[in-house]
Amino acid sequence: MPERPILPGEGIALQVRNLNFYYGDFKGLKDVNLDIVRNKVTAFIGPSGCGKSTLLRTFNRMYDLYPGQRAEGEIMFNGNNLLDKKQDVNLVRAKIGMVFQKPTPFPMTIYENIAFGVRLYDKLPGSEMNDRVEWALRKAALWDEVKDKLGQSGLSLSGGQQQRLCIARAVAVKPEIVLLDEPTSALDPISTAKVEELVSELTEDYTIAMVTHNMQQAARISNYTAFMYLGELIEFGKTDELFVKPKAQQTEDYITGRFG
Amino acid sequence: MSEAAASSRADVHGAKVRLFKLQDMAFHRVTLVFALLVLAALTGILFSLGQQAEPAFKEFGWGFLWGNVWSVPDDKFGARIAIYGTLVTSFIALVIAVPISFGIALFLTETCPAWLRRPLGTAIELLAGVPSIVYGIWGLFVFAPLFADYAQPILKATLGHLPVIGKLFSGPAIGIGILTAGIVLSLMVIPFIASVMRDVFDTVPPVLKESAYGMGCTTWEVVWNIVLPYTRVGVIGGIMLGLGRALGETMAVTFVIGNSNRIVGSLFAPGNSIASVLANEFGEADPGLHIASLFALGLLLFVITFFVLALSRWLIYLGVKKQGK
Repeated sequence: MPERPILPGEGIALQVRNLNFYYGDFKGLKDVNLDIVRNKVTAFIGPSGCGKSTLLRTFNRMYDLYPGQRAEGEIMFNGNNLLDKKQDVNLVRAKIGMVFQKPTPFPMTIYENIAFGVRLYDKLPGSEMNDRVEWALRKAALWDEVKDKLGQSGLSLSGGQQQRLCIARAVAVKPEIVLLDEPTSALDPISTAKVEELVSELTEDYTIAMVTHNMQQAARISNYTAFMYLGELIEFGKTDELFVKPKAQQTEDYITGRFG
Repeated sequence: MSEAAASSRADVHGAKVRLFKLQDMAFHRVTLVFALLVLAALTGILFSLGQQAEPAFKEFGWGFLWGNVWSVPDDKFGARIAIYGTLVTSFIALVIAVPISFGIALFLTETCPAWLRRPLGTAIELLAGVPSIVYGIWGLFVFAPLFADYAQPILKATLGHLPVIGKLFSGPAIGIGILTAGIVLSLMVIPFIASVMRDVFDTVPPVLKESAYGMGCTTWEVVWNIVLPYTRVGVIGGIMLGLGRALGETMAVTFVIGNSNRIVGSLFAPGNSIASVLANEFGEADPGLHIASLFALGLLLFVITFFVLALSRWLIYLGVKKQGK
């Protein structure tokens, strides 16, 4: 089991302890332990099928939607175990937002795409809602591009804009943690750069956990990196250290491109 | 490679290309003919209906549409009773069938345990295959008596006392009538609407639903705000398919509608629909105005169905505009 890095003076947003995950009989995660640090970017890297997306999807109980998938262990969030059956999943998901690999604008206007999620938990009067929509779109660096066409369908935007709309939608409800599941893998390089820039800025207010296939991306924008392989967490540490002098042989092989 | 060999190969190649072109053209022509057959059948039906109905329209003019007398002995015919019966029974059928079908489709796609999904889906498809005469017999001998004994007195005692709509639930509880026909029709169209709705709900990308769940939506919020708008076109299509079937349904309605050529305000009263009038009277109609009027009714059913289709297109168009594309 990998040693946990010591993180003095930093708050812990999520504490994962002895996490095991099952797809039916197949064990997708094996005894994972790690801490996600508040207001930092934690990147999850590893070859396809290593369990990094699976791990991310336990953080907001997304696996609950699918019968046959289950998690055992502990994920502590604000003093509660997220995996507890009694935990209300809708509240968890309002606090822990998620952005997916492909942009998924809802079939409604740009304005409604943002306001919809806010309305689920906040009853804001009209003017405040307008402010919130503008605030979220500014956070996602999209406001200038869409401010004149808020009434148009979210589907009318380009792929990169759609993805930033999805990020705006996630931050609009003011969650504590934002989960990004390969947020740039379907985007062109310019959009990717914009999203990456955005991720760094978002750490002012949010904790970010991000799955990526792109090691350079992890190195560029994350503070902490976790390397996973075959459902196990092989190594977890500060990004600078993990990429410069990895402790595990498998990590070194992966980041130097010897497999993956 | 010798020059001769190369040129003969080019020849073979050229011949093949010509053959492909010929095949392609023949294929286009054949499919065009098949497609034109549809148009030919449609115009043929319209033409012969119009031709046969002509004497009735000549005699009664536009008045045929709203004339409320349908009397064989007096040779006076008007379509209002049958149109009323057709529209009201179909409307009742949709009012009942749409929410139930929506619930069925929602359950099957969102909340149904995996082991139940397939048997339940198959059962619905089987229900769609039950011949309409079976629904008719069941409606007449089983449902109507039970409805008269148990449901109608309750409806009369509750809804019957309301202002305005109370009148719809008054009169003798005899079982057969407009309301019964509407209910039996709703049972017949539920499988159609439900299976179309289920199929289109299944086309929603899982990741779109996940991203809505990911915001903290409940299943209901996801279905109402994401799944339904996303599948709007298909859902309206499914409802219109059901409506089309309800408008034209003959056997089952003929069994339970009561076949009375009167319009009484109450839904408990027997009535007639276009299809049931045709089924009842064609066999013994004498040539002349009676036959011509029956043909005219057939033409009207055709026109009503056409308008329903046009209306559904229009609804879809409005919906697309509202979504802001």
